[in-house]
Amino acid sequence: MSFALTADREQKLAELLTRYSTKMAACIPLLHLCQEQNGWVSPDVVDFVARKLDLPPAHVQGVVTFYSLFNQKPVGKHQVWVCRTLPCALRGAGAVLHQCEKKLGIHAGETTSDGKITLRTAECLASCGTAPMMQVDQDYFENLTTAKVDEILDRLRK
Amino acid sequence: MIKRTEFLSKVYGLANGHSLDVYEREVAGYATARNVLTSMTPQQVVDEAKKANLRGRGGAGFPMGVKWSFMRPHPTKPSYLVINADEGEPGTHKDRTIMEWNPHSVIEGCIIGCYAIGAHVAYIYVRDELHLSKARLWGAIAEAKAKGYLGATPFGKAYPVEVYVHTGAGAYICGEETALINSLEGKRGEPRLKPPFPAQAGVYGCPTTVNNLETIAAVPSAFRMGCDEFSKLSALHAINDGGFRLYGINGHVKKPGVVELGVGPTLNELIYDIGGGVTGDRKVMCVIPGGSSTPVLRPEETVDAPDEKSPLHAWHGKSVFDVPLGVDTMRGVGTMLGTCCITVLAEGTCPVLAMHNLMQFYRHESCGQCTPCREGGAWLLRTVDKLLDNNATMQELDQLHDIANNIMGNTICAFGEGTAMPALGFLKKFRPEFEAYVRGERNRKDATLTPS
Ligand SMILES: Cc1cc2nc3c(=O)[nH]c(=O)nc-3n(C[C@H](O)[C@H](O)[C@H](O)COP(=O)(O)O)c2cc1C
Ligand code: SF4
Ligand code: FES
Repeated sequence: MSFALTADREQKLAELLTRYSTKMAACIPLLHLCQEQNGWVSPDVVDFVARKLDLPPAHVQGVVTFYSLFNQKPVGKHQVWVCRTLPCALRGAGAVLHQCEKKLGIHAGETTSDGKITLRTAECLASCGTAPMMQVDQDYFENLTTAKVDEILDRLRK
Repeated sequence: MIKRTEFLSKVYGLANGHSLDVYEREVAGYATARNVLTSMTPQQVVDEAKKANLRGRGGAGFPMGVKWSFMRPHPTKPSYLVINADEGEPGTHKDRTIMEWNPHSVIEGCIIGCYAIGAHVAYIYVRDELHLSKARLWGAIAEAKAKGYLGATPFGKAYPVEVYVHTGAGAYICGEETALINSLEGKRGEPRLKPPFPAQAGVYGCPTTVNNLETIAAVPSAFRMGCDEFSKLSALHAINDGGFRLYGINGHVKKPGVVELGVGPTLNELIYDIGGGVTGDRKVMCVIPGGSSTPVLRPEETVDAPDEKSPLHAWHGKSVFDVPLGVDTMRGVGTMLGTCCITVLAEGTCPVLAMHNLMQFYRHESCGQCTPCREGGAWLLRTVDKLLDNNATMQELDQLHDIANNIMGNTICAFGEGTAMPALGFLKKFRPEFEAYVRGERNRKDATLTPS
C-alpha cells in the first residue's frame, strides 16, 4: 500500500520547502510529518519521502536509522519516555521507571498488549532541574513521585 | 560574591511573559534591535560585540564577538546564522527556560546577529522533544513578523531577516556544530572534519555562524546597556569573561532550578546560597561543574597556583569550590566550565555507578564514525559493568585509563574527549572506590545513586 500525505499536511510540506535552499533539507521535517500521520516510518514512507524530495531511498533510510525518534516499527498509541540519565537518576529516575514497568506490566522498549502504550527510556531531556521527569507524547511531566506516575498512566489507559 | 540579575529572567513567570506585549513593556523589547539596525553599520556592531567579552554559552566558551568577526562576505553565496538549541548535554536545562519564557529575546538577538554577520536567514535548531519551546519560538516569530520587526524591512530598514525553527529527531551529537549543520541539511547528524570551519563552509557550503541560544539571547541586553557595561556585570570581567549567565543547579540539592547571575559565582555559593544546601544535609561528594562532559571536582581539592601571574593565584591553597566559575578559571583547576549547569552528588552516592550511568549515555550517543569513540565508549561501559559485578581484575581497572587516553585526541569531534575526560575524572578521583569493587568489598546490590 503506498503512502500519501493528507491534504493539510501536503500544504505544510509546500510551506516547509520555502524555508530551505535545497529539497534535501526538508528531509527530517517531512519525516516528522509522515510519522505524525502514520505512527511510524514504514518502507512506504521512506519511498514517499525519497520521491517527494528527489533523494535516493538509501539516503532517507540512512537518516531514519540515525535518529532515535523515528520509529522503525509500529509503536503504541501513546509514547512514554522516562529520562534515565544521571541528574534524573540522582533524584529517583530508577524508581519512576520501576513504577512504570510494574504498572504497565512491560519492560522498557515494549508496548502493552492492547497497543496503547510504548514505554522507553530517554537520555537527558533538558529538565534536570525538575527531575525526575518523563515525557508522554508531546508533554513533559516533572518532579515526579510514584503517585504522580500512577495518576498519569491511569489517565492514559482510559 | 553572588550578584543576581534580571535581564533575561525578568519576564519569567509573568502572566503572558512570553508575549511581545510583555517583552516590549517590561524590557523595552526590540528597541535595541531597532536602534542597532537604524544607527550602526555591521562592522560597528561586531566591534561593539567584542567588548562584551561574551563567552559562548554552548560549552566551549569561545568569545562571541570574535566569532562574528570571522565572517567574510562571499562573492556569490549568502551567509547564515544558526542558533544551537539542541540542549542535550546531560545536566543542562537552561536554554529551554529562555525558549519557553522569553522567546522574544532570541528573536531580537537573531535580528542583531544576522545584521552583524551579513546573514538574512537564521535557523534555530531545537531538539525535537522540546515541543513547548518550539511553539513559543514560532509564536514569537509570528508576533515579530506581524509588527514588521522581521521580514523584508525590519524597522523600516531594507535589510531582510527571516527566522525559522528547525528540529532534529533525537540525537545528542547534533549539538556539535558541524553535526548540527549536516542535520539541518537533511543528512545523518555526523560531525564533519574541521577545517573548513562553519565560517568558511557551513550550511549548504555557505559562510555560517553557530551561536548557542543563550549566547544570542544575551545580545539584546548587552547592546541595550552597552557591551562594556555588560562585561562589567561579571566578577571575571578583568579576565575577559563578561556579562550574566543562567546557572542551573541539579542533583542532590534542596532547591534545584535555574537562576540568572553575574558571571563568577563559586560552586559553594551555587550549592548553598542558591540551591539551599545538599539534600538530607549531607556533605558534597563531588560536583559535575557544567554538563556531563566536564570532569568532576571534589570539595577537598585545592588550587595550586603559587605563581603570582597565574589568574588563579588569588585562590592559591583554597578549595576549588571557592573559585569563581569562569571559562579560564575552571580550565585552570583541571576541568571545564561547560554549560554552567552543575550536578551535585552527595556523600553516599556510588561514584562507580555514576560513571556507569554516564558511560551508558556516551555509548548510546556516539555517532559511530571514529573507531576510538565507537569501540572505546563501548569498552569503557563493558568494563565498568564488569567492575560492578565484581568480575574485573586490577589490570582491567588500569586498562580503563588506557582506553580513555586512546580516545582523547583521536577522533573527528570533541565528543571523544567528552567521553574520556569525565571517565578519567571519576577514575582518578575515586580510585579507592573502584578498587573496592575489584576486591569484592563493595557490590552492585548496595550501590546507590539516591542515598536516603
Ligand atoms: C558532542 C558535543 C555536543 C554539543 N552540544 C551542544 C548543545 O547541545 N548546545 C550548544 O549550544 N552547543 C553544543 N556543543 C557546542 C557546539 O559545537 C558549538 O561550540 C556551540 O554551539 C557554539 O555556540 P557558542 O559559541 O555560542 O557557545 C556541543 C559540542 C559537542 C562536541
Ligand atoms: S568522536 Fe564520536 S561522536 Fe564525534 S565524530 Fe567521532 S564517532 Fe562521531
Ligand atoms: S537528566 Fe533527566 S532531564 Fe536531564
